[in-house]
Amino acid sequence: MSVQGIIFSNLHDKNIPELTRRRTMASVPYACRYRLIDFALSNMVNSGISSISVITHYNYQSLMDHIGSGKDWDLARRSGGIKMLPPYMTAFSNNQNALYNTRLEALKSVNYSVSRFNADYVVLSDCDVICNIDLNDMINDHIANNADITMAVKRVLLTKESCKRNVIVDSDESGRITDVNAYPPNVTGYRDIDLNIFVVNREYLQSIVLDAIAHGYTSFNRDVLARGAARRNYRIYKYDGYFATINSLQDYYMHSMELLSDSKNRDQLFNVKNRPIYTKVRNSAPAKYNDSAKVSNSLIADGCVIDGTVENSILFRGVKVGKGTTVKNSILFQDAVTGENVFLNCVVADKNVVIRDGRILSGHESLPFFIDKGKMI
Amino acid sequence: MYKKKECVAMLLAGGQGSRLYTLTEKTAKPAVPFGAKYRIIDFTLSNCVNSHIDTVGVLTQYQPLVLNEYIGNGQPWDLDRMNGGVMVLPPYQGKDGADWYRGTANAIYQNLNFINRYDPDYVLVLSGDHIYKMDYSKMLDYHKKMNAAATIAVIDVPLEQASRFGIMNTDEDGKIIEFEEKPPKPKSTKASMGIYIFNKKLLENYLIADENNPDSVNDFGKNIIPAMLASGESMYAYSFSGYWKDVGTIESLWEAHMDLLGDEPVFNLFDSDWKIYSRNLIRSPHYIGGDAKVMNSIITEGCEVHGVVENSVLFGGVKVARGAYIRNSIIMNDTVIREGASVYYSIIDGDTEIGAGAQIGEVKESGKGITLVGSDLTIPHGTVIPAGDMVNAAYLDEKLKA
Repeated sequence: MSVQGIIFSNLHDKNIPELTRRRTMASVPYACRYRLIDFALSNMVNSGISSISVITHYNYQSLMDHIGSGKDWDLARRSGGIKMLPPYMTAFSNNQNALYNTRLEALKSVNYSVSRFNADYVVLSDCDVICNIDLNDMINDHIANNADITMAVKRVLLTKESCKRNVIVDSDESGRITDVNAYPPNVTGYRDIDLNIFVVNREYLQSIVLDAIAHGYTSFNRDVLARGAARRNYRIYKYDGYFATINSLQDYYMHSMELLSDSKNRDQLFNVKNRPIYTKVRNSAPAKYNDSAKVSNSLIADGCVIDGTVENSILFRGVKVGKGTTVKNSILFQDAVTGENVFLNCVVADKNVVIRDGRILSGHESLPFFIDKGKMI
Repeated sequence: MYKKKECVAMLLAGGQGSRLYTLTEKTAKPAVPFGAKYRIIDFTLSNCVNSHIDTVGVLTQYQPLVLNEYIGNGQPWDLDRMNGGVMVLPPYQGKDGADWYRGTANAIYQNLNFINRYDPDYVLVLSGDHIYKMDYSKMLDYHKKMNAAATIAVIDVPLEQASRFGIMNTDEDGKIIEFEEKPPKPKSTKASMGIYIFNKKLLENYLIADENNPDSVNDFGKNIIPAMLASGESMYAYSFSGYWKDVGTIESLWEAHMDLLGDEPVFNLFDSDWKIYSRNLIRSPHYIGGDAKVMNSIITEGCEVHGVVENSVLFGGVKVARGAYIRNSIIMNDTVIREGASVYYSIIDGDTEIGAGAQIGEVKESGKGITLVGSDLTIPHGTVIPAGDMVNAAYLDEKLKA
């Protein structure tokens, strides 16, 4: 059995324009030292998938920089390994259909590559699936049930608000999908939601893409899943570990803070036996706490130097916290530097931000104060 | 086809490091962990790469498994090269029988064929036992400028310590006129750092001559250097100033770790111009709990701290439970410190568990030295280990019987 992976790197960029103005959703920094794509990549690598295509769209320089040759995920391979699939534009196409919006359009745009896959199965994953899932188990489930498509779902408690951001999946007792309902306005209670991770038979996927090109289909949910549910064997695979996806900056902030508030979340994401989360190696020195450092309930990456007070915060690699400075409920990205006697509360500071001596900045949990990449305050 | 290299480095990594006791029971000294996420050899290897020396032979002999595995294909140090890179060179069986490396010079002699593949002009001989940052390319420039046959790096040591080192006596130009191994009455304070650059052709001649001398112990310091001096070769001392520390004893290993701490540390790991590379262990960011207190310490990935950590270095994956105290100590990979345990002036090797309420070492520096606890041990709850003790499995058995 051989499996090919596909990761969509741009699909949800517009959810957090603050963080994706200069990068793909896939390269959004998360949890001290990772980029969102690390979770999807690690899940695949930990399940023995060693041939992975990453479909890109625009803004993918930061992603290419992060992935490099792929060796930090053990994906620098002679055979297989990681491949970037940029949009396929010819000189004469007038760029028609060149830029996609949906998952199915993305697959259509890289049909040049999909049509040449020869693995038995294909795993499709979005890039903002923050979880540690055993894809092997899911693939085995797919094979055992002779499914066409298997979709990972998680049972969650939906509210009037959250249902609008989710795809709700109905299935019968055997696990066969009966209906797929995207972003409904008013569904509450415990329901299965789509985690945007699929296992598809390779030949079937190829036929879906050709079919979509022929018929001008654009939506995987509507034109494939909903349309085919009655005839085809589409199945759910239940996952019940930690899962987060990012719908807005506030969502980003909330999910980041979840890692601090409950050790179970950290354990389910990071401390799963035989399934580590890989990321780009930066060779930072270990974190250094100086004499006046006071740190509590925080996640700290290597390369940080802390002279001040840090509470309920997430510090990425290379962050400096100056003397007399307090960082509370905040997320500081790679190489952000605070001077002395700074006070930060509910701040999300992008890479290389400099906050000079004495500045006082505060957002609120419901509206974190965002500082754009490289800004000096 | 091998392409010519100007300079090939030979890194002597066979040392047993017996004064590190249980730390080197299963690993060679260069593979002993250092500085939260490194091993001792990382400093020398990183120096090579940062000095643009990309061909390094690592001579191993004692307990090579961990070291071989660690070095692997050299990828963490960018030493996985098409031409050159890092190569582990263990003793081997040849046409005339098998032979261990009998001394530092013999180790290089047995690998002359490795050196000759790259047809280098110079050979840099290093040891993997020290913590320092040094640009070998500057030393090579000096070697070339002085038109030397051999150049030996030296460091100024306090006069009262000079009799522990090999001491170089030089003229004003830095030309070595005399070499004394551990002199009782040192005439100079220029101590050899065990770092040599030789003109390759010359080195080869001396190594062959030394090999044919049945009285020789085949050692650079004892045989090769004196022989070269006796023949009047032009040999120069290259003065190095900066941090350089032999971490061959428990005390010096502990001191070197303490040198990493403080607002202005004696030895700075945060140097973006001279990065120290190491093989990365895949671990999550470290977590500092709500009741934790961390002061003047270095902590790395995978740690989880709920207790008090002061003046200490925590390696990857160390867990410190609530109410535990770690002071002036070094805790290596994946060791767990349970509730209410206290660790003072100690080095705890990896994968060990310090039971609840156990006490390792004494709060105040007692003059009895650093306490050492070996790897893969379980110290039962409430156990008191006196300062300066060396704890291994046998020690623990005896202690529990009593």
